[in-house]
Amino acid sequence: MMSKKFVVSSSPHLRSPDSIRSIMIDVLIALFPVVLMSVLLFGYRALITIILSALAAMATEALALRRGNFFGDGSAAVTGLLLALTLPVAPPWWLVIIGAVSAIVVGKLVYGGTGCNIFNPALVGRAILVISWGSHMAGDVWLCPEPYAFTADLVTSATPLATGQAPLLDLFLGTVPGALGETSALAILIGAFWLFYKGHICWRIPGSFIGVVFLLGLTQGGITAGLWHVLAGGVMLGAFFMATDMVTSPYTPAGKVIYGAGCGLITMVIRLFGNYPEGVTFAILLMNALTPLIDNYTVPKKFGEVKRNHA
Amino acid sequence: MGLRTFAGGVRPGHYKITADLPITPARVPEQVVIPLHQNIGAPCEPAVQVGDSVKVGQLIGTPKGFVSAPIHASVSGKVVKIAPYNHPLGNPVEAIFIENDGQDTPWEGMKPHKPLEELSADELRKIAQEAGLVGLGGATFPTHVKLSPPKENPIDTVIINAAECEPFLTADHRLLLEKTEDVILGLRAFMKVLNADKGIIGIEDNKPDAIEQVSKALAESAGEENIELCILSAKYPQGAEKMLIKATVGREVPPGALPMAVNVVNQNTGTAVAMAEAIKLGKPLYERVVTVTGPGIKKPANLLVRVGTLVKDLIEQCGGMTDDARKLILGGPMMGLAQPSADVPAIKGTSGVLLLTEKEVKQYSIVPCIKCGRCVDVCPMRLLPNLLGSYVEMGLVEEAEKAGAMDCFECGSCTYICPAKRPLVQWIRMAKGEIAARRKK
Repeated sequence: MMSKKFVVSSSPHLRSPDSIRSIMIDVLIALFPVVLMSVLLFGYRALITIILSALAAMATEALALRRGNFFGDGSAAVTGLLLALTLPVAPPWWLVIIGAVSAIVVGKLVYGGTGCNIFNPALVGRAILVISWGSHMAGDVWLCPEPYAFTADLVTSATPLATGQAPLLDLFLGTVPGALGETSALAILIGAFWLFYKGHICWRIPGSFIGVVFLLGLTQGGITAGLWHVLAGGVMLGAFFMATDMVTSPYTPAGKVIYGAGCGLITMVIRLFGNYPEGVTFAILLMNALTPLIDNYTVPKKFGEVKRNHA
Repeated sequence: MGLRTFAGGVRPGHYKITADLPITPARVPEQVVIPLHQNIGAPCEPAVQVGDSVKVGQLIGTPKGFVSAPIHASVSGKVVKIAPYNHPLGNPVEAIFIENDGQDTPWEGMKPHKPLEELSADELRKIAQEAGLVGLGGATFPTHVKLSPPKENPIDTVIINAAECEPFLTADHRLLLEKTEDVILGLRAFMKVLNADKGIIGIEDNKPDAIEQVSKALAESAGEENIELCILSAKYPQGAEKMLIKATVGREVPPGALPMAVNVVNQNTGTAVAMAEAIKLGKPLYERVVTVTGPGIKKPANLLVRVGTLVKDLIEQCGGMTDDARKLILGGPMMGLAQPSADVPAIKGTSGVLLLTEKEVKQYSIVPCIKCGRCVDVCPMRLLPNLLGSYVEMGLVEEAEKAGAMDCFECGSCTYICPAKRPLVQWIRMAKGEIAARRKK
């Protein structure tokens, strides 16, 4: 027994149970309330769009990487799901597939795959759709929610951001026209709570993002306007699920705050002065581009470097 | 009192399965193999020759420099061989083989010293040096060197490191419970040598019985008003000296500097007990408490082990190992050294013998960094392990040096936490080796 040879490796000899895959599964779990709410609000068509987008994203990645494992590290499923949640309820099927394929290929794989991309893949997909097929992605394409109405006729209108109308409570619950997963702040908060609980996101990015949107919203008519800007449109989904994407956001503590604040600022600039009623997508994409720079300028001071705190 | 701690760190779980098992003397082997290099400084020269008879506690290795500590016989008997042998640090080291005569005859020089009150600082320093004391937490820095700070660095606080933040290990925990008085006596001796006004015993809150016992002992004995018990949050690496100082007195040791730069000296719990025994009994450091533990050990235990006992003997005494044991580690699971074989002697720095099984020993495939920043959050030195790792991966050692690779003390929190399973601390270690070699030239 004692002549036994042991495995030798460099310490540490314990590893955290978390892996990229387990994190992605947690994100999928966190998105479940959002998906559920969108189906409750918008009916079965929502589910079809979501499943189509997620499957297209996963299939694209599996095919491109010639990988037998369809699910892989789970990041393609997250990308496909997130993309669907920013779409109208029942876009043409080909639009969903083009969005999902471009999210995976142009948004991620061309850079080298998971971890190497600069921009949030789901938002790359959405941006391509907004720019290329604007008529399907803006204006009166947004289905009015008809809770539990699985056979409802399509009644569409513009989003509250375009019309400027909607009571705060409706915005919080999500009973307003809008993208699948963006309307219900309640569902997003429930999902985000799971991510906080599991330690996958911290307050810095969503806090500074939403904080800046709220503060700038205040200038448009006080607290009601501030809350309105936070709850309407894609700020909640963007702040908790898009801007917090690990790969494309800063890793330094100070950098996260700057990045989140930048997202909030650009969102509001686009909303108040831009051509689009909504600015979350482009705000996050622009801040994604600045992420390496932000990381570079916010390197933490080393332990003991700040001050000699004892004379 | 609230729990004190530092920023960063990880919580890998406690696994203190031996916490309730009293220290028991290990079987003294028929032959001990005592390496002549057992401290972080210079090695020793043999003070005996083959054929010599030695007694327990007798000097057998003379240090080759100031930053070094003498080595003593751990059994009585005959020196049968002086030759290189396996060493926990990897390369074989010259060792003295002593055949145990079973008599345990103590060396005549082992005599009680005067009580602490009557000893001068210089006398105490000499006692520590002659007893061969080194830091028993694992770093094995010679104690008398720590007790000789230059005049520019007056010491106001001595901290006893009783954090024992490594999972599995319970040697210090047991000493706190079973040798409470000695821990305090050792601390008082260190304070006297350094002319420090204040003493602190820092214990993690996962040892409530030890906290209770120490606080009772401090309350009962008169004249300990200047010794404070500090309860620390059980978080790894709380026992790293810079983290311990930050948590207990709020000072940050500057990069590259020693604790004395902020007027503090740290000593390990076991070292304090050894100091007390050196004063009370004149006993040199020839035995220490070793936690033999892990899922790969049949009967885990806290053993009082003679230096030079082979690890395989210790494993055998603890019921042997399970069939699925795959990895042998000397020290704890976070910073301990994996051994290729159990045919290696326990030395002064051996705090634990840990056996992990197939279940814990996994191989991971490395994938690209997803920039989650967890390593940045947990790095107690506030470095950017992700960046340092990528630099080394790309062969940019100079960039890694500029980014602070040399300030890494290799706690391994980054590698532990990384969801992409990147060997961050291992890469940083490689860079440190290269940088150190380059600086030497």
